[in-house]
Amino acid sequence: MQTYDVAMIGAGHNGLVTACYLQRAGLNVIVLEKNDWVGGAATSRELTPGFLYSNCSYVCSLFRPEIMRDLELPRHGLQVIAYEGGAVLMRDGDYLASYRDHHSHRREFARFSRRDAEAYERYARDVTRQCRFIQPLLMRTAPDPFSFKPRDISELLYLARKFGEFSADEMAATLRFWTMSISDFLDEYFETDVIKAYLALSGIIGTALGPMSPGTAYVLLHHYMGEVDGSVGAWGYARGGMGAVTKALASSFQASGGVIRTGAGVEKILTRGGRAEGVVLEGGEEVRARLTVSNADVKRTFLKLVDEKDLPERFVHRVRHFKMRGSSGKVNIALDSLPEFPALPAGSTCIKGDLHFTDSVERMERAYDDWKAGRWSADPFLDMMIPTTLDPTMAPPGKHFVSTFVQYCPPKIEGRDWRDADRDGFAKTVIDQISAHSPGFRERILHMEVRTPREIEAEVGLTEGNIFQGELTFDQLLFNRPVPGYAQYRSPIHGLYMCGSSTHPGGGVMGAPGRNAAAEILRDLRRPNEHMSPAHDVI
Amino acid sequence: MTLTMRLRAQAHIETPRLETPFHPRLAALDRVNDWYNWAGYKAPHALDDTELEYFAIRSTASLFDLSPMVKYRIEGKDAERYLNRLTLRDVSRQKTGTVQYTAWCDDAGHVLDDGTLFRLAPDVFRLCCQDRHLPWLLDSAIGFDVDIREETEEIAGLALQGPTAFATLKAAGLGNVASLRPFQITTLPAPFGDVTISRTGFTADLGYELFVPSEHALALWDLIHAAGQAYGLRAIGYDALNRARIEAGFIVAGADFIGADIALRPGRERMPDEIGLDWLVDPAKPHFNGRRAILHARRTGALKHVLVGLEIEGNVPAEGAIVYHGRSREAGVVTAAIWSPTAKRNIALASLTRPFGTEITNDLWVEIYALRELSYQKMMKRAVIVPRPFVSLPRRTANPPGLF
Amino acid sequence: MTSSDTPTPAAGTCDVIVIGGGHNGLTAATVLAKAGRSVLLLEAAETLGGATRPYTFHSGFRSPGLAHLLNRLDPEVEKALGLDLTRDAALTPTTVLAPGRPAVTLRGAYGETVKGVTPEEARAFAALRRKLMFQASVLGRFLRKAPPRLDGAHLSDLLTAGGAGLKMLSHGREEARDLLRMLLTNVADVADEFLTDDRLKALLACDATLGFRLGPRSPTSLIGLYYRLTGEIGGKRGGQIPASRVAQAFEAAAHTAGVTIRTGARVAAILTERGAVTGVRLADGTTLAATSVVSALHPRTTFLDLVSPAECDTGLVRALTHYRTDGVTARIDIALDRAPVFPGAPADAATGRIVVARSLGQVEEAFNAVKYGRASEEPALEITVPTLADPDLAPAGRHTLSILAQYAPYRPREGWGTEGPAFVSRVLSLLENVSPGIGATIIAAELLTPDAMEERFDLPGGHWHHGEMQPDQLLVNRPIHALSGYRTPIDGLTLAAAGSHPGGGISGLPGLLAARTLMAGSRP
Repeated sequence: MQTYDVAMIGAGHNGLVTACYLQRAGLNVIVLEKNDWVGGAATSRELTPGFLYSNCSYVCSLFRPEIMRDLELPRHGLQVIAYEGGAVLMRDGDYLASYRDHHSHRREFARFSRRDAEAYERYARDVTRQCRFIQPLLMRTAPDPFSFKPRDISELLYLARKFGEFSADEMAATLRFWTMSISDFLDEYFETDVIKAYLALSGIIGTALGPMSPGTAYVLLHHYMGEVDGSVGAWGYARGGMGAVTKALASSFQASGGVIRTGAGVEKILTRGGRAEGVVLEGGEEVRARLTVSNADVKRTFLKLVDEKDLPERFVHRVRHFKMRGSSGKVNIALDSLPEFPALPAGSTCIKGDLHFTDSVERMERAYDDWKAGRWSADPFLDMMIPTTLDPTMAPPGKHFVSTFVQYCPPKIEGRDWRDADRDGFAKTVIDQISAHSPGFRERILHMEVRTPREIEAEVGLTEGNIFQGELTFDQLLFNRPVPGYAQYRSPIHGLYMCGSSTHPGGGVMGAPGRNAAAEILRDLRRPNEHMSPAHDVI
Repeated sequence: MTLTMRLRAQAHIETPRLETPFHPRLAALDRVNDWYNWAGYKAPHALDDTELEYFAIRSTASLFDLSPMVKYRIEGKDAERYLNRLTLRDVSRQKTGTVQYTAWCDDAGHVLDDGTLFRLAPDVFRLCCQDRHLPWLLDSAIGFDVDIREETEEIAGLALQGPTAFATLKAAGLGNVASLRPFQITTLPAPFGDVTISRTGFTADLGYELFVPSEHALALWDLIHAAGQAYGLRAIGYDALNRARIEAGFIVAGADFIGADIALRPGRERMPDEIGLDWLVDPAKPHFNGRRAILHARRTGALKHVLVGLEIEGNVPAEGAIVYHGRSREAGVVTAAIWSPTAKRNIALASLTRPFGTEITNDLWVEIYALRELSYQKMMKRAVIVPRPFVSLPRRTANPPGLF
Repeated sequence: MTSSDTPTPAAGTCDVIVIGGGHNGLTAATVLAKAGRSVLLLEAAETLGGATRPYTFHSGFRSPGLAHLLNRLDPEVEKALGLDLTRDAALTPTTVLAPGRPAVTLRGAYGETVKGVTPEEARAFAALRRKLMFQASVLGRFLRKAPPRLDGAHLSDLLTAGGAGLKMLSHGREEARDLLRMLLTNVADVADEFLTDDRLKALLACDATLGFRLGPRSPTSLIGLYYRLTGEIGGKRGGQIPASRVAQAFEAAAHTAGVTIRTGARVAAILTERGAVTGVRLADGTTLAATSVVSALHPRTTFLDLVSPAECDTGLVRALTHYRTDGVTARIDIALDRAPVFPGAPADAATGRIVVARSLGQVEEAFNAVKYGRASEEPALEITVPTLADPDLAPAGRHTLSILAQYAPYRPREGWGTEGPAFVSRVLSLLENVSPGIGATIIAAELLTPDAMEERFDLPGGHWHHGEMQPDQLLVNRPIHALSGYRTPIDGLTLAAAGSHPGGGISGLPGLLAARTLMAGSRP
């Protein structure tokens, strides 16, 4: 039987990134994917003829350009298209649009408040300063404050030095920013509800917190750290849907000699004497490997695939209490024609961006209250996009694919499992909200895929349907992610590594966890890492 | 804002670049179609040839549309006290009917912007500046009885600059400006209504700035433009004006310094003393924003930069060049530079890192990379600190103003 | 400032004027006087004590003060002032009452023993208590010092941080890791992680959030619990005793130290000129000259009401207007014609505090209401019986109940006029649940809402901590960065109350640390 150098559990984007780097470094890597397709939460699937759905993740910004370059993803078909902002459609018949043009953006805000229009400058400045501080940390392994190893100490000093570049005032502001709620943070700049609601959305997407929860200001940063070709904070569509990202990764991986096996779910990680030796597939087949890397989330990896007795008790305790509560759902819709939004002017570019219908922070927070009580939100927050307005490859001519991200949606309904009737009720809530702003929307629907945390967990394997493989609260960031003492992609089991979004720097289609994991693995193997170009400077 | 007002304003997206109230006249005179985006407005780099436009400033008269300049109207019982706390200079000593060049800072003593403050009446002021500051102005008003309103779109402005500026006004029937001294304001009647005129400018030349409500803009333009034909009046774009302002030694936000509220990178902000505005700071007046920080920096020697005027040997403009001490140690950077046609010298504004420019003032060099036909001509040229303005013309302040 | 404001030297000029005779103002004044300064203390009310000042809420019935328990009077403060409030004091119990369930009673310092739960749960609580006590002891090191300075590395700050670092490692690396893992998390997750009993979880939820605008599930809510556990009484962290005659003790200390005290002397303005204090002007128009003024008032009162905005920088004013200080807790004082009875609770339960709460979920749901400007449907209650410690508060044989009810917004959308009576009746019916028949013994009940607290105690927002104690308003950012560390941008003006580090509660530390900072000299 062949022994591989590396067995990768899961073909999500991070698993593929790690696999690509390791294969390029000369290792013999096999990627094992339980589904019949690759991609994890970055997929494009044809569930109804002629339509490609970005089933889970739906927009692209965070994916690191260094990785695209190193792994030659453009050559393997990846193309990211920037899009114009979008709009919040309001209950009073007005809307708040977001425009790329600086002055149009200001004048749009000034319709509501001249003060807010100008306050946006300072807001953007302050958030950008925080982004610039955080960005260089994405592609560095988080230091362990208690290892006292020279490398960790020097990394801690690096952090201290970076922080030290700030003036005392900026340091104080940074300390505040990290723990504030997005709602409180926005209150310091703006007075208009819809403007705050529009800006607050980045603080809650994918997060089991409401906009009034401390820590959500940081979550906002997590969504602002991306870029499209140097345009920081910009978002784009992957041409062909988010599956294009993982398709390009898979193609790059295979082109460098890697092997992917789909339909190969992993049952168990083989360990002997505290060492991982490969995996057992569902059905019993063993795949032997010198190293095993898990792209699955930390709970799935250590509570399902590894025998608890092989792990330190404290580690298991901490994994068990790592928070990864699902908070969102997804409704993917095939439409037979472009929906109409009478509130928007004819020919508006807004329809090419993200559309929202939540015009106050209070509505968002109330939506979160439903989640806390174990219900899907009666008045949910939607992030709706129509990628086919810019990408003709995803639907037949004239027809459209609509991706609707829905928050909040709990992993369990009042403590019990989801039922099909719940799912239908959830979908109805979503379509009702859209239809209120888009007459005839329901009649245009050709096909619909509804994904609650139940479906997300069952298909993608994300525990509790948490799209970030673990919440992005500060107690779960940096050296605490996913477990203190094991935040450097290694695990208590020799030869078993983590590379998914459960690890630093966390979720989103970013690829940074995968790349950082590859760097750590190659360091352990003492192999040169010449195919990894340095992280871009932030100047 | 009411829903109706909001809905009506949705149409702004149909004109992402605003046109100034003078635009029809500018467009009619324009020959080169060289527009740029000035604070959301369509504004000309040049209407014709920059060289010719520059010489109109210095030998006849020039007409420049400054409507996109951001304007705030500040009025109320506490307006003076409010502005005295906001800005660096003593507003209580500014007489009604005068203009003050001034600047204002944040708590850390970093300059937010510079601008001109018009005292139109005892309790009515207009603040003109480059960037937008409404939130800062409003937050500064907490505890003051003062009303602040942005009026950029409502007020149209023209700069009439050059030796025949007065002659032009006289011909336009506005000869009563004869008694106006520099930095004074007057309001004169014109056929269409009142014109507010200040003897101010950005050129170090004889000149005036004229303000009317936007609906009178075209009438004003037509009046001045017609009157100026006998005096060589020419409409100009920003490029020509920029040459004159460098000769005058004036600084521009965003070019020679970065406003503290938009600086992204730590350490890019500047204190008044670091951009040549130390003379605006009045420690004897009551408290003003940034006072404590500025005086603390002065006391402890914490000032890091200094802005200087340089004369550089040769005739190649040193735009963006690095300044060295002793040809090797970096001392700063050139923020603006031209060959001055009027001074016939190669001049520059530079931001130096102290002690260069303060204690160490000799042995300065600039490294100029001149791209000439696909090759860089790399030159190390000697630079000498010289006082600003680089061009000083007696006609700027002559009383009464000369006709030519 | 106009020329008529020019202060004239007061009769018997003093070195320092202290504004505000709350316990922090009294602490600062006493410490300064003991160090030989001549100190004049000005109090707007007719009596001293601030939030510890007893007030009459019904003819013949008095409340011991807004603070009805002492759980963090600092030993250094007691020593510096020569107080004797906590020595030999017997710690009182905490009893959790949830309708239909047996009582849980914690005795000793925050539950050294727990009765009313299963032995496994008692062990789990002990383990969690040990962990939290350890973590609080590390964090507590930062509370008895001025907050660290960010304008460069200062030796004393490095020593504090180093000391905390060593202390953190004293229980091993894994406990240190747990501290950093748990520090900014929420109390609900911690309770769920270690405990199973709803009543204990509800207690932790209440204790972590009482007085804070956070629910138990809000990230960082564990900090409220840490803060409580850093407090000590008679050398015992987490201990509590009734607050009785606190104002008198502080006042006596000030008198003994030679502080000149003027009550009924409301300060209308702090006078400054070009960034330096010149004196104060009283409401009656008299001005008193001073080059050193200590304000033990709320920072917003100090800077937005008393100092002229023309004398402050805009950024400071802006930051203070965003300082979050809306209270979320109401107080209900009840006059009873006999001693209250709590069936199922231990006989001495009423000598301590009684917490009425069912579960984490209930407290979280109670919190939802306040986010939208409503009072909770089912608030959580903390009850004491002040007359058991001080029978003089009521006529012989009669009693008072002091109830803190959470959550109650500062100004409800419907107004307290509408919300108030309904809220009181909800609180009383919750009380009836745990003390059947008590309703019939009630002589009077007075609701003190946050906006009424603002009025009565000069507390902006009715927030008894002088501002939210969430991490963005702590340490170097308490109350705001420009005013942290007691010194202010106005030369000679010092802040000395709960709006300054380390924050609220009857600890006296802000007053003590402010006085020490003042004596250490002004910054350049």
